[in-house]
Amino acid sequence: MADTESKALQAKEKAEVTTPAEETRPGVVFIPAVDIFETEKEIALLADMPGVKAGDLNIDLHENVLTLDGEVNSPEGPDELDVIREYRMGKYRRQFTLSQMIDQSKIDAEMKDGVLRLRLPKVEAATPRKISVKGSS
Amino acid sequence: MLLRRTTDWPTLNWKSQFEELDRMRRHMDWLSGGLSRGLFGQPTAGVFPLMNVTEDKDNYYVRAELPGLKADELDISVTGDNLSIAGERKIPVEDEKAQYHRREREAGRFSRVFSLPAQIDAGKVEARCADGVLTVTLPKAEAAKPKQITVKVS
Repeated sequence: MADTESKALQAKEKAEVTTPAEETRPGVVFIPAVDIFETEKEIALLADMPGVKAGDLNIDLHENVLTLDGEVNSPEGPDELDVIREYRMGKYRRQFTLSQMIDQSKIDAEMKDGVLRLRLPKVEAATPRKISVKGSS
Repeated sequence: MLLRRTTDWPTLNWKSQFEELDRMRRHMDWLSGGLSRGLFGQPTAGVFPLMNVTEDKDNYYVRAELPGLKADELDISVTGDNLSIAGERKIPVEDEKAQYHRREREAGRFSRVFSLPAQIDAGKVEARCADGVLTVTLPKAEAAKPKQITVKVS
């Protein structure tokens, strides 16, 4: 882990969503970078969505499809003129298909410094149980 | 045998020399096209973090997307008309037993020095981090501000 932490970050353009469906609203849509990991009790999702306020984020779970939708309001004032523009701003959208073992009533989301942290607890029945095998001896 | 050896020698082979030049030219094209040309045909340095710079009458605004970074984790300094931003993005290690399905977010150090097009008032520079977007407000020096000149009516 120390290895990855000391490496230098590379500039990267944000990946744009390419869907066959046409966007009805103007503006670009980006795919946020995510980390997804699973522990015994839950699945956690971390997504980088810089510029998205907690109120502008929509999380929707419908028929096991989790949709993250983040709106970005430009922090730029109306009188500002461009000098250099290296990155673009736009919405963020990403969808995931979840397995049915998520306890939908206990999903918890937190938005902090442009990073979304989503906890998807597994239903009790899905948490692995150790089954002891009885021996006859 | 001797003849074969001389033709195999790369610098003596006219064909490979031209190929080398061609390769270099293509590489240069790639460099100028990929790195020094930005999203809208403007030059970018290709250094993390990518920055948007805007200006109004009084200030320059430098913005960068740094999700997960807090203001105190950044090292911002101004010297003359140079702005330098450095820091390290850390992604804490989660549960040891966690099993990763996706790992796209990246951690690492970064540092970038940016030269502004005009003199700035170094004493009044402000930096703010909101929702993962850093905004550095750099007031222009008096000499660099546009001046309204009124034409006197005689």
